[in-house]
Amino acid sequence: MPVATINDHLVQVDEEGFLTDYDEWNEDLARVLAAQIGIELTEDHWKAISFLRSDYKLTGETPTLRRVTTVGGIPTKELFVLFPKKPAKKMAYIAGLPKPRGCV
Amino acid sequence: MKQLLILGGGTAGTMAANRLRRRLSPGEWRITVVDQSEDHYYQPGQLFIPFGIYQPRDLVKPRRRFLPAGVELVIAEIELVVPEDNKVVLADKTELFYDELIIATGTSPRPGETAGMAEGEWRKSVHEFYTFEGATALAHKLADWDGGRLVIHIVDMPIKCPVAPLEFTFLADAYFAEQGMRDRVEMVFVTPLDGAFTRPVASRHLGAMLEERKVSIETDFTVERVDAQERTLVSYDEREIPFDLLVTVPLNMGADYLARSGLGDDLNYVPVNPQTLQSKTHENIFALGDASDIPTSKAGSVAHFSLELFEDNFVHHIHGRPMTKLFDGHANCFIESGHGKGLLIDFNYDTEPLPGKYPLPGLGPFSLLRESEANHWGKMMFRWVYWNLLLPGKEMPLEPLMSMAGKEVEEAVR
Repeated sequence: MPVATINDHLVQVDEEGFLTDYDEWNEDLARVLAAQIGIELTEDHWKAISFLRSDYKLTGETPTLRRVTTVGGIPTKELFVLFPKKPAKKMAYIAGLPKPRGCV
Repeated sequence: MKQLLILGGGTAGTMAANRLRRRLSPGEWRITVVDQSEDHYYQPGQLFIPFGIYQPRDLVKPRRRFLPAGVELVIAEIELVVPEDNKVVLADKTELFYDELIIATGTSPRPGETAGMAEGEWRKSVHEFYTFEGATALAHKLADWDGGRLVIHIVDMPIKCPVAPLEFTFLADAYFAEQGMRDRVEMVFVTPLDGAFTRPVASRHLGAMLEERKVSIETDFTVERVDAQERTLVSYDEREIPFDLLVTVPLNMGADYLARSGLGDDLNYVPVNPQTLQSKTHENIFALGDASDIPTSKAGSVAHFSLELFEDNFVHHIHGRPMTKLFDGHANCFIESGHGKGLLIDFNYDTEPLPGKYPLPGLGPFSLLRESEANHWGKMMFRWVYWNLLLPGKEMPLEPLMSMAGKEVEEAVR
């Protein structure tokens, strides 16, 4: 498993740079991860990130876009504005969760 | 007397009834199947209806005929499962009690979940082929369509038979060529994924096949609504795709009674252990086939391979022994590519579809991820195999767990 240095911290990541250990994440790290993909985190971003973190803790799965909308209460349209083009993937990346699983 | 209740008499439910009737003593276990209709459809055949290759009557038989003696069939709608009381309530309020419950009620297309889809243009310029009515309506539409912009579209994953939209695209290209009108049809493939398919190697191969056929592809497209008036697909990031004819795959969801019973996830799929198919919340509930949330294709072949292992596991389970036959997500699917050819893919939870030969390494007769006539004949023969070997649960010369033998791995390492 590859290791990356982010903000002077060593973290476990997968081949695409998604964090693999839930507990290695913190808010400072999230800001750095977000900056790497060109996003500056605002309060609205944090609302989505917090939902992802708490939902993952509950279910053990990275929530889908649909779930962030239906359960997390954030309209899909807004998620596309906050995390342009690929919201599901970008949110998971910033929240330090595994990439949402692609089903065959 | 103990009761095994199977909800759903489709591919998975019928196989389970046949296999378990042979394994469970008739003096000890009663087996009952509940389904809402008398008809069993050969679903893989639906893809061919729009092109007039099959007629609906070629694909339907009485459900009862495929259940063995000693299995009762109840035709009814399911209202609710009450796991705390081990009972199922039917729409007419009849209560059925169980010792063990198998949920096999599959998944179905929900056009109503996308704004504008099921309204004015539904079955006029907006079509689907995942139901018999839909496939038949599309056949009529294609028969007198004189060309224009055809958009093939997937709302969201997961969907039943994830290769079917690509197969439809390949068959449509061949169909228009045979009708001498391919130059009058512009074809666009619109997907929420980042490529033609879910996993990298297959996505490259299948993407190249779209390109060869002059089908353009629009990726990462999450549909917000169908504008029926303007005949346009609109995405959440405000891209617009106009169409003259839209063939969409609506959002797929499991049965609604699962949501009412608190047994489903946000798409009404039952969360299970992916290796044993046992419910994560109730020890005496299992979900087979498309009804579960396992991370592999929603496909009959998954139901088939998993059932071979499940059969032994279930017998262990009712005797209080550990379940030791662990499922790996093995699936294989024929992919029709038009003009009498097809591909085959073979994969599991961890291994993506790779090129090679199947089932015999180096020999085949089927080619993995490459077009061949043998693959096409395999697909056409499968209808006989389905009714005569698969549903009755007879031995087939295929291993339930995936094998790497015969697969070419170099390509996977990029």
